[in-house]
Amino acid sequence: MRILGISAYYHDAAAALVVDGRVVAAAQEERFTRIKHDARFPRHAAVFCLKHAGLTLSDVDRVVFYDKPLLKFERLLETYLSFAPSGWRSFITAMPVWLKEKLFLEKVLRTELAGVAADTGGNPWTGPLLFPEHHFSHAASAFYPSPFQDAAVLTMDGVGEWATTSYGIGRGASLTLQADITFPHSLGLLYSAFTYYTGFKVNSGEYKVMGLAPYGEPKYVDLILTHLIDLKEDGSFRLNMDYFDYCTGLRMTNDRFHRLFGGEPRKPESELTRREMDLARSIQDVTEMAVLRIARHVSRETGMRNLCMAGGVALNCVANGKLLRAWVFDRLWVQPAAGDAGGAVGAALAAYHVHEGGMRVVHNGADGMAGSYLGPAYSQTAIEAFLGENRFPFERLTEAGLYEKTAELLSQEAVVGWFQDRMEFGPRALGNRSIIGDARSPKMQSIMNLKIKYRESFRPFAPAVLEERVADYFDLNEPSPYMLLVAPVKESRRAPIPDEDSRLFGIERLHRLRSDIPAVTHLDYSARIQTVSKQTNPRFHALLKAFEAKTGYGVLVNTSFNVRGEPIVRTPEDAYRCFMRTEMDVLVMGNCLLRKEAQPPLARDTDWKTEFQLD
Amino acid sequence: MGSFLRELWAFMRERKKFWLLPIILILVLFGALMVLTEGSAVAPFIYTLF
Repeated sequence: MRILGISAYYHDAAAALVVDGRVVAAAQEERFTRIKHDARFPRHAAVFCLKHAGLTLSDVDRVVFYDKPLLKFERLLETYLSFAPSGWRSFITAMPVWLKEKLFLEKVLRTELAGVAADTGGNPWTGPLLFPEHHFSHAASAFYPSPFQDAAVLTMDGVGEWATTSYGIGRGASLTLQADITFPHSLGLLYSAFTYYTGFKVNSGEYKVMGLAPYGEPKYVDLILTHLIDLKEDGSFRLNMDYFDYCTGLRMTNDRFHRLFGGEPRKPESELTRREMDLARSIQDVTEMAVLRIARHVSRETGMRNLCMAGGVALNCVANGKLLRAWVFDRLWVQPAAGDAGGAVGAALAAYHVHEGGMRVVHNGADGMAGSYLGPAYSQTAIEAFLGENRFPFERLTEAGLYEKTAELLSQEAVVGWFQDRMEFGPRALGNRSIIGDARSPKMQSIMNLKIKYRESFRPFAPAVLEERVADYFDLNEPSPYMLLVAPVKESRRAPIPDEDSRLFGIERLHRLRSDIPAVTHLDYSARIQTVSKQTNPRFHALLKAFEAKTGYGVLVNTSFNVRGEPIVRTPEDAYRCFMRTEMDVLVMGNCLLRKEAQPPLARDTDWKTEFQLD
Repeated sequence: MGSFLRELWAFMRERKKFWLLPIILILVLFGALMVLTEGSAVAPFIYTLF
């Protein structure tokens, strides 16, 4: 049975193809259109998924959309009604979109699917369309691909139709949600309110708030718990809507919120002050507190020893790491595309197992996301054809030579664009569309932030480490293949910080060497770890092995192959353009190695710094 | 439009929310007026909740 899952019209549009219960392809639309978080119908992504499997739309048995539009419309009406007459402006902003498009989603989807049929061959879609609930799609994306036969499932995000947090139990092929917390009470929206207030972009800047948190003190925790959120011992919570604007306005927070924290929201791109750092730390601490309490409640109620998570809040890898170390559950698995893009995978899997009654096979130890390498791949021939057509000079290396040469360049502090095999699905680059560097280098963090990624200097970088060596570097004894767990750098690797450093403020504190892998050690000695396994990514694993043989360190800096505001690169052309626009030294695509100094200047280049909207 | 109305009716039956019907009618009329008088279908929300 072939099922096409679609997620669109809110945040990250994506398509996924599930064949007989196995996820065979998945991609976000932004990678094709080059518009970050593109929410439009994922036509390109759907076409890719079908072509990858050699199918046309006529070969598909089911098409599934990741949420229920009418239930969302019900929320819209009831919310506006309960706040009326305030909220009028927000209402007249939302209504045209609903009346033109979202209310008639079935028709809109059929029209868009006709476009997919035109691109892949086959007939327009005439079969039924399925609409599982938003949180059920998240829960399905968390449970079905997990390596567990039985598990508790927890989903937390901004909002779906009504639910913002829900939990349930998955056993074999069955999945049931047992309880939820509904809109407007939302942990995701609370975090997003602080993202907005600290001057970052909602729905993408949450990562920055999390990265900023270690610079601050938890000064506002009491204020948040007293005024904004009533957090109960069992993890249930209610937000005090007197402080938020998102139900009735176009902003996240209102004037009362601003008075509570002593000022207007920070202007985007303006200087970060101690206040933003303290706010970030405080909301991070409150979030962790809530996640831990919810998880304990879920553990008590379900009696399960494994936990699967999805939803945007599950991307908070600092909270995930603390949850793991608190031993609330024995094992934790987080869907790598935990945000709305992953809803496409979840919707398709829900249709297969729940609607169609399909069997579920759990492979011993391995999950069903194949390392999240579910996107398009470009063969060596295709890469060479691109380079040849454009006369870009390159060196073709043997398989062994590729790892040896790249490891040597990395050990000399070269910054390398690493483009291999299938593109990752989800927000993280996991070694196939990555920029990599030497984690031992004291200057790598600032080089990568300021000269390669052109992003804020406070932001940390993640390590990619050989799976079998993870415990040598970090206090972590299990795989973290999707960069969704944060754990401390091992005590023995840390460098002592002199007392006078406590007087330093903010970014100044970053310049002190904190360990023997400083480029991936954050201010609080934490690291957002990706463990690399030979099974899921043999090439990246081989590179790490070659680097280890040369330097004694089986760990590299791994950041996504893009500049700030740009979607991660998809094609050799995207990769080459990004390589030339930044101060990256080397680009490795397949077995081709390109050196910056050998390349001709980029012809017909636009003013790329204005091409992408800052995230 | 016919299938949409059928679906809406089934939805209200399922959710037992018949009281929404007059509100939906009025809002849809209002909304139609706005759609006719305005052009853009892009909502400038900080965060797309609806």
